[in-house]
Amino acid sequence: MNWSQFFTSSVGKKITMALSGIFLILFLIVHAGLNACIWANDGGVMFNKAAHFMGSMVVPRVLEIGLFLFFLLHIIQGIVLELQNRSKRGVGYAVKMGNRGSTWNSRAMGILGALILIFLVIHISDFWIPSRFGGLQPMFIDNASGQIVPEGTPGAKEYHDLYGEMKYQFTEYPWIIIIYELGVIALFWHLVHGFQSSFRTLGLTNHKYIGLIKGTGVVYSVIICLAFMLMPLSFYLGWIQ
Amino acid sequence: MNLTLKVWKQKNAESGGKFETYKVSNISSEMSFLEMFDVLNEQLIREGKEPIAFDHDCREGICGMCSMYINGRPHGPWHGTTTCQLHMRAFKDGDTIVVEPWRAKAFPVVKDLIVDRSAFDRIIQAGGYISVNTGNAQDGNAIPIPKENADKAFAAAACIGCGACVAACKNSSALLFLSAKVSHLALLPQGEAEKKDRALNMIAQMDREGFGSCTNTGACEAVCPKEIEITNIARLNGEYLGAGLASDTRKH
Repeated sequence: MNWSQFFTSSVGKKITMALSGIFLILFLIVHAGLNACIWANDGGVMFNKAAHFMGSMVVPRVLEIGLFLFFLLHIIQGIVLELQNRSKRGVGYAVKMGNRGSTWNSRAMGILGALILIFLVIHISDFWIPSRFGGLQPMFIDNASGQIVPEGTPGAKEYHDLYGEMKYQFTEYPWIIIIYELGVIALFWHLVHGFQSSFRTLGLTNHKYIGLIKGTGVVYSVIICLAFMLMPLSFYLGWIQ
Repeated sequence: MNLTLKVWKQKNAESGGKFETYKVSNISSEMSFLEMFDVLNEQLIREGKEPIAFDHDCREGICGMCSMYINGRPHGPWHGTTTCQLHMRAFKDGDTIVVEPWRAKAFPVVKDLIVDRSAFDRIIQAGGYISVNTGNAQDGNAIPIPKENADKAFAAAACIGCGACVAACKNSSALLFLSAKVSHLALLPQGEAEKKDRALNMIAQMDREGFGSCTNTGACEAVCPKEIEITNIARLNGEYLGAGLASDTRKH
C-alpha cells in the first residue's frame, strides 16, 4: 500500500481528519491561552506583546503556515467526506432514526463545520488580516517600565494595538458579539464529538481510556469555548478596560 | 390486536417503489413480527393479490437474513434482537407500523423488503478468512489463547452480517460489520498469517462496494441485534494504521 492509497481509502480519509483535527485542537489551546492575556487588564500591554511575539518569531510563523495547511486539509477533506457520505443512501427513509443511538451533534458535524467556516472567514478578516497586513493602530510601550507611553518617547517600542481593535469591535458592534458567540457555540458542539472521535479513529480501543478521552474532550471543549465566549463579553460589559 | 401496516412495495431494482397500506386483524401478541407478515401474506394470497417479499431463514436470530426497518429503526423497537425475534407485544392494538427495506446504494432493493447484501460476501472474500494446514485437525488446546481475547473475539464473531449497521448509519457505512469480522480474527493467533493484509484488503473492497465512511456517531452499535461494540471500529482503525504503515508493497 503506497502513501496515497493509505490516506485516500475511506479509513485513510478519517485518519487525515483526525490528525488535522488534533492539530487544530492543540492550536485552540495556544489561541485561547494567548487571548487570555487580555484579562491581565493592563490596557493591552501583555496581550499586544504576546501577539507581537507570535507575529515576529520564526517558529510561530512557520507553525502558522502549517496551521493554514491543516485548516485547508480539514475543511476540504470534511466537505468531500460529507458530500460522499450523503450520496451513499440513495432513497431516504420515510421514518428517520433521529436521536436513537447517536447524538445530534455527531450527525451534524458537516453543518457545524460549515458554520465554523463562515465564522472563521469573518474572524480572520476582522483580526488576522489587519494584524499581518497593516490596518491596526500603533501602541508604544516603554521597554523598562512596561507602561503605555506616547509616540516618540525614548526607549519605547512600537506594537500593533490588536487589543484596541478587539475593544473597538466588541464595544461598538453588539451584532459582532452575537456572531462570535454563535460561532463559538457551533465550535463547542463540533469539538465535543470531534475530540473523542479523532482518538477513536486513531485506533483507541481500550475501555479504560475511552471514558477518560470522552471526559477530557468535554472538559476541554467547555473550558476553551467558555474562555472564547467570555472574551467579547468582557469588553462589552466593561470587565476589562 | 388489529394493526395497520404501511409497507414498501417495489417490483425490482430498476423500478421505483411506493408504500402500500394493509390491515391485519386478530394478531396474537405472542406472534413474532415475521409470523404477523405470514398472516398478512396468506390473507393477500387468498384475496388473489401478490404477497410481500421479505428475507428470512432461521427465524431464531442467528442467520442474519431478516432485514426490516420498522418504525424508523432497523429490526424494530427492541434492543439486541433481530426482526424474527421481535414479538408483537412490542406494539399496541391499533398501531400503524411503517416497514421499509434497508436503505443504502450498496444494498440495492431486489423486491419489496428484500435487499441484495452480496457486497458483504465480497468483503468477506477479500480477507475474512484464515489459512489452516491440511491433514488432521490439531489438538484444540495446542494454541493458548488468553480468556479476555477469546471472549472479545467471540463477541465480535457474533456478528451475523444482517446489515442493520449500514441501514442505521447516516453515511451507510459498513464499518461495524467489517470491524467485527476483522476483530474476530485479529484477536486470535489463528488470524496472524493474514494480519498484515486483512484490514487493508477488506477496507479496499468495502470502498469498491460503495459504502460510506464512519464518523463515529454510534447509531450502528445502538441497533446491532448482536450488540457488537463500536470499540471494534477503533480496533479496525488501529489494524489499518499498523498494516498500512508497515506494508512494504506499493500497490494494493
